[in-house]
Amino acid sequence: MSQEGLLRPGIIQLRVLDMDEAITHYRDRIGLDFVSQEADGRVYLKAFDEFHRHSVVLREADSAGIDFFAFKADGQEAVDGFRKRIEEYGVDVTDVAEGEMPGTGKRISFMIPSGHRIDIYADMELSETAPETHNPYVWKDEPRGMRAQRLDHCLLYGPNLPEVEKFFTEVLDFHIPERVDLPDGTLAIWMTVSNKAHDIAFVNHPEPGKLHHVAFFLEDWSDIGHAADVMTRYDISRDIGPTRHGITRGQTIYFFDPSGNRNEVFCGGYTAYKDHPTRVWDGNHVGRGIFYYERQMNDAFLSVVT
Amino acid sequence: MPDGSPLSALHSIRFKGCETDILCAEDQKVLMAMEQKIHFPNPRPVRVGCRKGGCGACRVKVTKGSYTAEKSSRTHVTEEEAAEGYALACRISPRSDLELEPAFLGPRRPVENGD
Repeated sequence: MSQEGLLRPGIIQLRVLDMDEAITHYRDRIGLDFVSQEADGRVYLKAFDEFHRHSVVLREADSAGIDFFAFKADGQEAVDGFRKRIEEYGVDVTDVAEGEMPGTGKRISFMIPSGHRIDIYADMELSETAPETHNPYVWKDEPRGMRAQRLDHCLLYGPNLPEVEKFFTEVLDFHIPERVDLPDGTLAIWMTVSNKAHDIAFVNHPEPGKLHHVAFFLEDWSDIGHAADVMTRYDISRDIGPTRHGITRGQTIYFFDPSGNRNEVFCGGYTAYKDHPTRVWDGNHVGRGIFYYERQMNDAFLSVVT
Repeated sequence: MPDGSPLSALHSIRFKGCETDILCAEDQKVLMAMEQKIHFPNPRPVRVGCRKGGCGACRVKVTKGSYTAEKSSRTHVTEEEAAEGYALACRISPRSDLELEPAFLGPRRPVENGD
């Protein structure tokens, strides 16, 4: 295996205002499978094509937004290695005990300069409904709703982008397929620890700790159209799309969950190898970078976050 | 449920600084009525964000009239503010004619704890 260290995004924990509405949205509309609800009220879900127990965790709260985003590492030795590098860099690391989430091993947890919490872990049980691995069908049960295949990435809004970039590239071994640089500084960075066009992205924003969107991967442009049909049928609040991003080249719809957290369904996107040069956008062309067909940003893109 | 069914009582909504009043049904949200009735090239008096009570873009202060409000993020409208008439336009439905003014706060620099 040539990819070592961090493998991929593994868990997002979101705050929702009403759990029942959130379950209907994430299970029946986006099409995630309900895994469990635990004694503390948190609800665990996974996409049909994911192997591990859960990827999306919902927590009922009186505000919307993100609690944390977690990356899965290729073993406890790698987690221990990251812990050492993070602490040597001067960032405090907190332990999260095994079992804090069902079926999930111990995690390390730390705050990044944008005001977001990131966790790293190595172990999670395989799901009882994991995709088949012996003479597999493409799915066992017909995918529901928007037919999300997996948690793909998130875009976070917060301050101190240069420090965030330095931390992710120097300490966590991410690389940067794409960026937007304005005359007065970096507006946005798209970063990956794999060869997806992005595993996590950041936009410069004065208020720390904000969520712009969490994205779910769909199979193709045809499924994006199907997702749009689902949104109209169930009167889901849509932001923009179906359209394409110039940045990452992914095809997309932005929409909102019942608590106002922005979701994305995303397909396509180029393959980003670590030895590829970074694509750079400037302020005169960023509209086409964000929304390739509209060629301008909408009012909500830069300001509507939870 | 579709917004604005013909059986629902209508009330007039006046936005401060906006020349045209709009009608909003009792089973409709004020923001969605505004989106339907005020569009380009007329500027919208209230910003449209998530439409689900999470982002705060459509924060308003209701200065006259009565309304019902569904749950929204306390990040944008605290209990005290709600008692003073602040609300998110995407979460309120009129029970009488309303007058309201935009009260969008914009990004806030101090760290908040979410809950």
